[in-house]
Amino acid sequence: MIETGQTDAELQADAGLWPEWMPSGLVNLGLDLRGGAHLLAEVQVEEVYAARMEAFWPEVRDALAAQRDTVGFVTREEGDPSELRVRISNADQAAAALEIVRGLATPVASITGAGANDIDVRAEGAEIVVTLSEAERVATDDRTIRQALEIVRRRIDEVGTREPTIQRQGEDRILIEVPGVGSAEEVKEIIGTTAQLTFQPVVSRTSDANESAGPNNEILPSLDEQGVFYILERNPVVSGEELVDAQPAFDQNGRPAVNFRFNPTGARAFGDYTAENIGSPFAIVLDEEVISAPVIQSHIPGGSGIITGNFTVEESTQLAVLLRAGALPAGLEFLEERTIGPELGADSIEAGKLAAIVGALGVVVFMVASYGLFGVFATVALTFNMILIFAVLSILGATLTLPGIAGIVLTVGMAVDANVLVYERIREELKTARGPARAIDLGYEKALSAILDGNVTTLITALILFLVGSGPVRGFAITLGLGILTSVFTAIFVTRLLIVMWFERRRPKTIEV
Amino acid sequence: MRLRIVPQDTKIDFFRAAKITFGASVLAMIASIVLFFVMGLNFGIDFQGGTTIRTESESTVDVRAYREAIAPLDLGDVVITEVFDPSFGDDKNVASVRIQAQDGTEAVSAQTIAAVETALQGVDPTITFPSVESVGPKVSGELIQSAILAVLGSLVAILFYIWLRFEWQFAVGALAALVHDVVLTIGIFAAIQIKFDLAIIAALLTIVGYSINDTVVVFDRARENLRKFKTMPLRDLLNLSANETLSRTVMTSGTTLLALLALLVLGGDVIRGFVFAIFWGVIVGTYSSIYVAKNIVLMLGVKRDWDKKDDPKAGTQFANIDA
Repeated sequence: MIETGQTDAELQADAGLWPEWMPSGLVNLGLDLRGGAHLLAEVQVEEVYAARMEAFWPEVRDALAAQRDTVGFVTREEGDPSELRVRISNADQAAAALEIVRGLATPVASITGAGANDIDVRAEGAEIVVTLSEAERVATDDRTIRQALEIVRRRIDEVGTREPTIQRQGEDRILIEVPGVGSAEEVKEIIGTTAQLTFQPVVSRTSDANESAGPNNEILPSLDEQGVFYILERNPVVSGEELVDAQPAFDQNGRPAVNFRFNPTGARAFGDYTAENIGSPFAIVLDEEVISAPVIQSHIPGGSGIITGNFTVEESTQLAVLLRAGALPAGLEFLEERTIGPELGADSIEAGKLAAIVGALGVVVFMVASYGLFGVFATVALTFNMILIFAVLSILGATLTLPGIAGIVLTVGMAVDANVLVYERIREELKTARGPARAIDLGYEKALSAILDGNVTTLITALILFLVGSGPVRGFAITLGLGILTSVFTAIFVTRLLIVMWFERRRPKTIEV
Repeated sequence: MRLRIVPQDTKIDFFRAAKITFGASVLAMIASIVLFFVMGLNFGIDFQGGTTIRTESESTVDVRAYREAIAPLDLGDVVITEVFDPSFGDDKNVASVRIQAQDGTEAVSAQTIAAVETALQGVDPTITFPSVESVGPKVSGELIQSAILAVLGSLVAILFYIWLRFEWQFAVGALAALVHDVVLTIGIFAAIQIKFDLAIIAALLTIVGYSINDTVVVFDRARENLRKFKTMPLRDLLNLSANETLSRTVMTSGTTLLALLALLVLGGDVIRGFVFAIFWGVIVGTYSSIYVAKNIVLMLGVKRDWDKKDDPKAGTQFANIDA
């Protein structure tokens, strides 16, 4: 289980000897022992608010434009990205506009937010300000994190890494642990690439990066043409979320390309747009860069197409993977990154193992020297205790970390405490009690409250460590807590059984503890 | 033949030198607090943010050359320390490079790490980087908070448990002993400037757990003796209890220290600080359960009239589990 240095073939041969009906879980090793990358990412949930507002603008514009006679002209004002500011020219009709915009609200689709609307609308003079409501934000955040979690998982799985841990942590964080990777950077490259694919109408082409793009437009650089910029409409016709498939392929000229296919909604939007805009250019944008801006030659029904560019085969394969895995709904900010090399972990295991053996031997010698035969009983219990700890660790699927090994070694030292308490008590009782049998009984009885109080308090600290600790520290809390439970169990039941069995068989007149 | 570290019947008067031992404890605590504020703790990146890079090389570590190689990168505070361990051979030279958190970024950027690695490779081509860890200021802030909460939480939980099972005076005594142990451990970390990181917090909690275990055993005996010898003066009674349990206290501390010593020497440098903290804590914890916790109980006094039916507060209702 923490054996190293054997080849896989040997291990597999060994594993073959293990009967199938027996539980076959091994102790999981923590990243600090087997090497790998640990990352903690925070999902930038606010980005989704901005995207939502962006998407909401056309709807608001159309609704207000329909009532142009009352509210006048509608223009969008720049403001905080998480809010939508709309100015109407007839300032005195703000109340009416407010009503219209409020009418666009839909109920929040979540259990906790039941009864609330998805947007809050307020008027500031001639401006109507739309923001996401609190309930909708909560619901959106949750959705965003789940989606991000799923996408991170899919991307890491695509690369084929074994047993990654991908968990939500707290409100808006994702914990990613990938064993066996060379560096956290590699993991970041896999998941950090947003692969945000959009298809946007092209307004014009320019060589000036600072040219004013005009309202609702944006200016983006070209991927392979240096110094070329495109002015695009900000609202995409179709986006990557509508993709159902992407595969590496080659174009008519034999250059690497990526084939893609949209879902029905995406296909319809794409088909309609291409039908209406034959002859105008149209940009394929990946991660804020224009991959290409072909002119629409004909109506493209069916919702499939091809992305060409100056790709290598590798790049087109990678791009297809990223497109297939889908875009992250929001950016990730990495708060914590740890890379542990496999050699360091192996060294730690070796050192830990040696220390555990030497420590245990020392304790055994000390116990036998102090308590003779009873010390031997304690040693048997200690061995039993170690087996129990590893057994429970593997059944629970708990992770063994470096501090966890320290916890086990510490348990070796502390585990004999319950035995010591009992033995010392038996020694005392031998002075007063009638006969050794009575002394043994009394020793166990009277030591119980001390054992219990002492260990419950230690267990409390182990529990708190488990609750607030993370990673390696949690591994320590697990082995320490387990060690306390198993050591009390073995000291009270196992050694007692051994002593009683021995006593029944030998019936000694006097005992020496 | 039995190994007896403590003679069969001891009658040590632990209170005879009470003024000296208690005074020494108070002084040591004050010294620790002063050290903490004057020297400060050598916080690891867990609590400070920043990056630690562990380097390993076949040739000897030249800290100055490393520093000179990294200096042009202008990364602010860079701490380079050589790491020693008896298990390292001549061809294994390890150092740890700590870079402070960079302004405006959460984790240190990949480019920064790559730049440092390239710079170090320039000094020593055989250098490798077995581990690289970065923690952003946001997380480190939270880690400090949860660490403080963990230590306080466990103290409160233990205080509550002891209060349930014993008289409140014992709870106060136990708490004083725990605070004593935690403060002295922080003190030694400030004094010798060992890296103080998340693992040390785990060590502190372990110390708390160990020390309370030790204290409770003495208290348990005192509780028993309080019922047995109803008229014995409290001072004598506490002394008797400590003497009766002395052999056990020494045995358990002995076996624990033995196991820890093996870890300290052979367990590798990665957890040495952690093991050192626990090792130190076991020593201080054993001392405090004999010399601090009891003294506080003696100072506060204990209600003795257990049998008076009209006083429901005498004894405690949760104390009777022993047969």
